[in-house]
Amino acid sequence: MAVGTQYLAEQPKLRTSSMVLGVIAIAALLAAPFFFYPVMLMSVLCFALFACAFNLLIGYVGLLSFGHAAFFGGAAYVTAHAAKVWGLEPLTSILLGVAGAAVMGLIIGFVAIRRQGIYFAMITLALSQMFAFICLQVPFTHGEDGIQGVPRGYLLGFIDLNQPLTMYYVTLAIFLFGFFAIWRIVNSPFGNILKAIRENERRAVSLGYRVDRYKLGAFVMSAALAGLAGGTKAIVFQFATLTDVQWQMSGEVILMTLLGGIGTMIGPIVGAGLVIALQNYLAASDFPVTVLIGIIFVICVLLFRRGIVGEILELMRRKTKGAS
Amino acid sequence: MSTIFGISTPALFGQILIGLINGSFYAMLSLGLAVIFGLLRVINFAHGAQYMLGAFAAYLLLNYLGIGYWPALILAPLIVGAIAVVIERTMLSRLYGVDPLYGLLLTFGLALILEGAFRYWFGAAGQPYAAPPQLTGAVNLGFMFMPIYRGWVVIASLFICLGTWLLIEKTRLGAYLRAATENATLVQAFGVNVPLLLTLTYGLGAALAALAGVLAAPIYQVSPLMGTNLIIIVFAVVVVGGMGSILGAIVTGYMLGVLEGLTKVFYPEASSIVIFVIMAIVLLVRPAGLFGREE
Repeated sequence: MAVGTQYLAEQPKLRTSSMVLGVIAIAALLAAPFFFYPVMLMSVLCFALFACAFNLLIGYVGLLSFGHAAFFGGAAYVTAHAAKVWGLEPLTSILLGVAGAAVMGLIIGFVAIRRQGIYFAMITLALSQMFAFICLQVPFTHGEDGIQGVPRGYLLGFIDLNQPLTMYYVTLAIFLFGFFAIWRIVNSPFGNILKAIRENERRAVSLGYRVDRYKLGAFVMSAALAGLAGGTKAIVFQFATLTDVQWQMSGEVILMTLLGGIGTMIGPIVGAGLVIALQNYLAASDFPVTVLIGIIFVICVLLFRRGIVGEILELMRRKTKGAS
Repeated sequence: MSTIFGISTPALFGQILIGLINGSFYAMLSLGLAVIFGLLRVINFAHGAQYMLGAFAAYLLLNYLGIGYWPALILAPLIVGAIAVVIERTMLSRLYGVDPLYGLLLTFGLALILEGAFRYWFGAAGQPYAAPPQLTGAVNLGFMFMPIYRGWVVIASLFICLGTWLLIEKTRLGAYLRAATENATLVQAFGVNVPLLLTLTYGLGAALAALAGVLAAPIYQVSPLMGTNLIIIVFAVVVVGGMGSILGAIVTGYMLGVLEGLTKVFYPEASSIVIFVIMAIVLLVRPAGLFGREE
């Protein structure tokens, strides 16, 4: 699904301006909890990281996973269990969640990469649904109740995460780490091979690349980063439930990425912010959220497939072309 | 009372019957998906929602207009088919040039809208829909009691599948359809109205889903969520069968339904995931599916 991706690195002017924008954005994120409700900001950060992880796969390898909720929700369960039942330190719990998501990514990815395109989407959806059924039945997830009352605890043993501001800055740090990791992956030689596979898989094969291994590698990384988002979410919100592993969640992360812009670095963040804000706004009214999500899907697919950020980048590209 | 492998015979046959009924729905739905995919190259995520619409159409016809089961069996597919035709003309047809994944996303969005709207109007709980008086009661088959309606569903679905197969393999319209699946541009050059064919195919696929929905209404309750949960299983069925062949979709549907029923007898905990496990195994052994061709 190659959506006219313009790489900022190709244009030096855009590169400096994007660096400036990045610094401003980080400053804004540091100041944000003094202006907005920290819980909502943390929710946005977790989902933005989730969407960025998902985008790593669809935007840079061209694989549409319809089952990313399994990694997000699976990691949330592992983290919640580690923190609550085993009483582990929060960061260790989150890392265990990441490890769990990576292992699941390895298993699901190993099966799913055998088919491409539309089949890949159906297979990942089916496998994540299977995982959701398993979560419903095994005792450690506590079925419909989920794992409630997860302690936030003390980060590294001494930083009290029960302070909302502290929790916010830790979440922000995790988000920035994840975002930087994705940026590094995308702009590495490995990332270039992924893009080559997206553009023309057969050519990549004929150039001697073991396409399946690259795809599986990208899938596991994407799953692990989705797990980082899910594990963090479990600590922030102090629970892990079935909602996180169900197909609706996979649909939501697709929508965030599609709305913001598939294959752009900041698109998924914009999309996550918009969707979370909309959900919060609608929670007070009686309008069904699912209907609205469906409508946004339809509008995005029919009218702006590049997403908000993608369309803006495209406009800028056309302008610079016209000027030169 | 006789037993097989320590399981009482009525229980065993009862589960096989339930499996056959589930299999009937898997077969009818995966058949529609395969027909649509064959020509439009779109995975119709809204297929589950259209199945749900069919059931709700029957329910609404009965409760608001007093129209019973037998007319609903004709009317509901027509209504849903007409809605699908509008959807294809106004939305899906704009996506034929682009990546097929967008078709999946569009129909996913449509499924969410339909499901959300019906949930808003009718709540998540199921609404009862009575079987027609001619088909109530049960017959004694000697080894078990079979509710007549369930037997009817199995037989009706067999006829529907057979009819669709005949339509596609033996009629002129079906020949156009198969030809357009192979090479749409060439068929259009021969003077066949391919855009019309695409519209009709989508309408037919959706009507099949709605027909399955009407058949399902008296067995499962009519609920907004009945479609989506089913369609994910049907996706797995389609992956197992491979979408290359109509007959493959039908056979795989019944087969997996019965296998699921048998799992309920011997290892009930695994019954909800057995189809997904089979899908994973098939993908590892034969990635193109049991009846599929490598592309």
